[in-house]
Amino acid sequence: MAAEEGKVDPMKQFQIEPIFGSENWEIAGFSIAFTNSALWMAVTVILLVAFVYGGMRRELVPGRWQMAVETMTGFIDNMLEANIGKEGRKYVPYIFSLFMFILFGNLLGLLPIGLVGLHPFTFTSHFTITGVLALMSFSIVLIVGFWKHGIGFFGLFVPHGTPVLMTPLLFVIELFSFLIRPISLALRLFVAMMAGHVLLKILATFVIDSLNAGPLLGATVGPAALILMIAISALEILVAGIQAYVFALLSSLYINDAENLH
Amino acid sequence: MPQIDQVLETFSSQLFWLAVFFGITYFLVGRGMVPKVMGTVELRDKQIADDLAAAKAARNAADTQEEEWRLRENENRAEAQALVAEAKTKAAASSEAKLSEAQARLDAKLAEAEAQIEAARASAMTEIENVAADAARDIVARLAGADISEAAAKAAVKEAMVDA
Repeated sequence: MAAEEGKVDPMKQFQIEPIFGSENWEIAGFSIAFTNSALWMAVTVILLVAFVYGGMRRELVPGRWQMAVETMTGFIDNMLEANIGKEGRKYVPYIFSLFMFILFGNLLGLLPIGLVGLHPFTFTSHFTITGVLALMSFSIVLIVGFWKHGIGFFGLFVPHGTPVLMTPLLFVIELFSFLIRPISLALRLFVAMMAGHVLLKILATFVIDSLNAGPLLGATVGPAALILMIAISALEILVAGIQAYVFALLSSLYINDAENLH
Repeated sequence: MPQIDQVLETFSSQLFWLAVFFGITYFLVGRGMVPKVMGTVELRDKQIADDLAAAKAARNAADTQEEEWRLRENENRAEAQALVAEAKTKAAASSEAKLSEAQARLDAKLAEAEAQIEAARASAMTEIENVAADAARDIVARLAGADISEAAAKAAVKEAMVDA
């Protein structure tokens, strides 16, 4: 998808570049350059720590900030209790971290700070990141599943009431759908974030190109594309929340399989 | 797309920094801070539940006390009414006794007074008879020049007064 000279490349926003002259940092031959991606993860963590720290005042009658943080923890707590049950509470730290990390990353990538010359980077639009997050959830499912149920965890792949004749076939199908979970989990978030950002960039290109193409196109296509862009920006904020929620919800549903089988 | 084009050169740095920053998120925020926040919520819920239970207990205590008080009050009222009734009957009896005593005294006084009046009238009558007899003797002596005895005059007067 190489762009022509002078054109806006909608994929350039996903480019990873080392910053602070760190391109040669490495451990055991593997590059650990501090990139723009790492920078935005750092920003996410700093803001997330600040956000949660503001909710630790431990007052009996909470202020707004404390209320906001308690709403988030309560939301995750309720989700886990509804999907897993009482023993789901021990996963609150993990699911909360996952949800907030993805949510803050998604939202920060939408910041309009390009206006002041900075380039927001959405690390959740990289499958290297979403893949690792999905594999983490999947590993928890495997570890908890085999820890609690041992070999009986394979019973997950044979639904109740399956005729004996059908068991091998269903086992294979269920196993396949189980193994595809981390891939679908990772792809869903990565694709949703990338698609939204590409769409916004393309619409921005329409605005600029139509203005350059002449007064007629500039007066018709330009404003229409701009209005659409504003609407889609609002939609993207929604998607940022929904995708974080879906990731956390599916992780907790998969963990439920491991905790309770069927 | 850069996600695929750059994967070989960037995957290690992506994984490394994700491990660092997600690790910070998990251990500092998830393990360190979230349990405290949830502890606060739990503490508050517990406090609210305790306060509600205490209020309920206090209300129940107040209800039983009110019930006891009502029972006591009813007893006291019945007692007081009995006392009042007793006092009333006592007072009625004593006033009746006093009244009859006074009546007796009055009756005696009345009889005495009547007797006195009777005596006074009798003495007055005798006086009048004496005066009338004297007057009659006088008149007879002046008119007829006869001197009649006192007894005769008295008899005549008595006769005349009975006739009158």
